[in-house]
Amino acid sequence: MRFFEFEAKQLLARRGVPLPESRIARTAEEAADAQRELGGDVVLKSQVLSGGRMKAGGVRFAGSADEARGAAEAILALPINGQHPQGVLVERKGEIAQEYYAAVTWDGRAKRPVIVFSDMGGIDIEEVAEAHPDHLSRTHLSTLRPLSDYQAKLAVARTGVTGGDLNRLARIVLQLARAFREHDLTLAEINPIGKLADGSILALDAHMEMEAEARGAHRALLAELGIPEHDTRQARPPTPFEVAGAEVDAQDTRGVAGNVTEFSGSLGLVIGAGGGSLTLFDAVRSAGGDPANYCEVGGNPSVRKTAALTRLIVSKPGVEKIAVMMNVVSNTRVDIMARGVIKGVIEAGFDPADKIAIFRIPGSWEEEGFAILRRYGVEYVDRSVSMHEAARRAVAKLAGLDGG
Amino acid sequence: MPDGLFIRVDIAESVQGDPELVQRLIEVCPVDIFDRAEGGVATVAENLDECTLCDLCIQAAGDDRVRVVKLYAE
Amino acid sequence: MSILIDHESTFIIQGITGREAVTMTRELLDYGAKLLGGVTPGRRGREVHGVPVEDTVRAFTERTRVDGSIVVVPPAFAADAVHEAVEAGVRLIVVVTERIPRRQVAEFVEHAEQTGARIIGPNCLGIISPGKSRMGGIGGSADATHRAFHPGSVGVMSRSGGMTVEIANALSQAGLGISTACSIGGDAIIGSTYAELMPLFEADAETQAIAIYSEPGGRAEAELAEYMEAASSRLPVVAFMAGRFMDAMPGMRFGHAGTIVEGREDTTAEKIDRMQRAGIAVAERIEHIPALLRERMGAR
Repeated sequence: MRFFEFEAKQLLARRGVPLPESRIARTAEEAADAQRELGGDVVLKSQVLSGGRMKAGGVRFAGSADEARGAAEAILALPINGQHPQGVLVERKGEIAQEYYAAVTWDGRAKRPVIVFSDMGGIDIEEVAEAHPDHLSRTHLSTLRPLSDYQAKLAVARTGVTGGDLNRLARIVLQLARAFREHDLTLAEINPIGKLADGSILALDAHMEMEAEARGAHRALLAELGIPEHDTRQARPPTPFEVAGAEVDAQDTRGVAGNVTEFSGSLGLVIGAGGGSLTLFDAVRSAGGDPANYCEVGGNPSVRKTAALTRLIVSKPGVEKIAVMMNVVSNTRVDIMARGVIKGVIEAGFDPADKIAIFRIPGSWEEEGFAILRRYGVEYVDRSVSMHEAARRAVAKLAGLDGG
Repeated sequence: MPDGLFIRVDIAESVQGDPELVQRLIEVCPVDIFDRAEGGVATVAENLDECTLCDLCIQAAGDDRVRVVKLYAE
Repeated sequence: MSILIDHESTFIIQGITGREAVTMTRELLDYGAKLLGGVTPGRRGREVHGVPVEDTVRAFTERTRVDGSIVVVPPAFAADAVHEAVEAGVRLIVVVTERIPRRQVAEFVEHAEQTGARIIGPNCLGIISPGKSRMGGIGGSADATHRAFHPGSVGVMSRSGGMTVEIANALSQAGLGISTACSIGGDAIIGSTYAELMPLFEADAETQAIAIYSEPGGRAEAELAEYMEAASSRLPVVAFMAGRFMDAMPGMRFGHAGTIVEGREDTTAEKIDRMQRAGIAVAERIEHIPALLRERMGAR
C-alpha cells in the first residue's frame, strides 16, 4: 500500500527527521494561503501515487500568493498516469548545495532488508548505481539482531561522507530504517535528502509503501494519518464489477474465488489458481480470444462462493459464454467446482450446457466431477487436453457462435 | 433441464429418538448440513450442496439411518 | 535417488488438527509417507487418522528421528511454528501457510540459515519424490497424485503450486516422469530459490534435466541464469513463462504477492531474454516442455 508524499513525511516528522516547513492544500486558494504563511519562494507538488511527477509537470514553483494559486490550479487539473491529485503539498524552498539518496527496502536475493545510500541523490539515481558504484552503498540488515546506529553510519560513510554531515545523515538513515521495520514497510525512500546553503540537511521528498498483508496490524497508525480502511491505493479505482468480485471472495474464508479484474471481451473466465490464471489468460489471448475478466479461484472454495463468482461473471453485460479452466488441481476438488459453476449459471437464469464453453479441471475427485458435468450436458475435457488447447477450443466455440 | 441441486440427505425417523446420535451428526459434519429442529435433527437446505461426501455422518449413524443421495447419479 | 525427501524420510505436521491438515494427513498416509504425527498445542493425546498429536515439536524430536516438518498453521502463528521446528533441530521445513508478513518470513529464514536448516516456501504446495514420499498437499489424494506424478528423470521447480502439478502431469503423460518436484512458493522472500536448489539436483544421479515455471516479478530467474553461467551445469533447463499479457500492464497486481511488475527488468520479455542468454530454453506452452527437454537431454 503506497503512501502519498505528505503522509510519508508525517511518518518522518514524528521521528524527528528534519523537513522543510510545509502545508497541504486541497484547493488553489488554500495553496495561496500556504504561500502567505510560509513566505518567500515555495515549491508546489502534486500529491499522486504515481512516479514521474516532475516530468509530467506536477511540480511547480512560486514566489507569491498569486503565483502559488496559479500553480496549484494547474497541478490540481493535471492527472498523472491517470491519477487525479489528492492535493498539493506547498513547501518552503531553499537553495540546495548537495543532494543525497537514502532508501531501505527488501533484497529478495539476500532475503534481508538493505540500506541503499548515495551522496549523488536526485532523479537519476539509477544511473548513479551503474556509472558511479563507489558513490552508492548497500548495507544489509539482520532481521534478528537489533537495528544499531553503526549500521546507518556505515551506509553513509561507505560513500566517503565524513564530518558533521556524516552524523546528521546517519541520524536520518537510522530513522528511515526504524520506520521501515516498525511500520512493516516494503520501501522507505528519501530522494533527495538536501543539504542547504546554510548547512542544514532536510528530507525533501519521501516515498513509502506498506506491505498489504500488514495493514491490519497498523490500523491505529493508518487511522491517525486519516487513511480509510477501504482506500485500496491501487493504480486505478476498482470498477463495480471488481468490487462485487471482492465481496464474493469475502463472503466466507474457504478458498479463494475473486481477485477479479474487468476487461471488455465476450468470453467470461472462471480460472485458477495464481499461476494457472496467468497461464490461462495468456492461452485465451494467444488463441485470439477476448476475455471479459481475469480472476483467481483456488484453495477449494465452497460451492456457494464459486456459484456467486460464476453468477457475477456470466451475468456481466457482453459475456456470451464462460470458460471454466484450471491446472491439474490438488486440494481444490473437481466435483465441488463443477457443482459451483453449474449452480451459478442456473441461478443466473442460463443453461449450463449452452453457457459453459468448456470445463477443463483435472485432478482430485475428477470422476465424480465429470459425472455431474455429463448430467448437465456440459462439454468437459480431461488432463490429456492441455490448458492452451482447452482455451483454444473455448475461443473457437465462441467464434462459431458469433459467425452463426 | 435439472435444477442445479446435487445432494439430498435422508434421515431415518429412528434417528429423531436418539439425542446422542443427533448431537454426533451435528458435530461430525464439516459443512454444517445437520441442525436441531423440533427436538430432533433436520438438514439445512442451503448447506446440502456443500457436502464433501466424507461419509462421517454415515459412519456415525449407519447407512440404514442416514443416506447421502447424489442427485446427479446416472 | 531424488532430492530433499525419499522413502526413508520421517516428518511431522505442525497444525495437524486443522481442516486442511486432516485431509493432508489422510493423503500422505495413503501415499505411504512416513508421517510420525503432528503438533497442535493443547491437543496432546489425540490422534488424527491413527497418528499421534503432541503439544510440542520437541515431544517428537526427543524420542525419535524427525527429518522434516510441514507447517500448516494459520498465518498469525506460522512464524512461531517455524522457529520452534528450527530450534528443535528439524532440518527440512516445508511452510504451506500463505500470507505470512514478509518480515516474519525473513526472520525465520535467517534463523534457519544459522542452524543450516532448509526452508521450502512459504505459500507453497510442498515437495514430492514420486513413488517414495511427499510433504504437503501437492497432488491431492494419493490416487490423483499417482496419476500426475510418475517416477522419472526430470526435476521440477515452480513458484506456483498448481503449475508444479500441471508441469509434472505433462512430463508424466510424455513418459519422462519426475525425480523430485518442489513447489518453492510464490512470495517475495522464500526459503529456497531455483538457484539454491540447483546444486541438489546437480548432485542427484537420477535427475537428468530441470523444468521450471516462471512468471513476472522478482529476481529468481535472473539468479538462476547467473547460476547456469557460473556453474556450467550438466542439467538442461526448460522454463515455461506465464503472465506474458502483464507486460502491457505495469503496476497492476495479479496472482502471488511477488507478482508485482515494478520495472522493465521484471517483465516476461526481459526474463525470457535473460534466461535464453544463459542457455535456458523457454517454452510457450506446457505441452512443449517434454520435447524441448528430450532434445536437450539427447544432446548431452
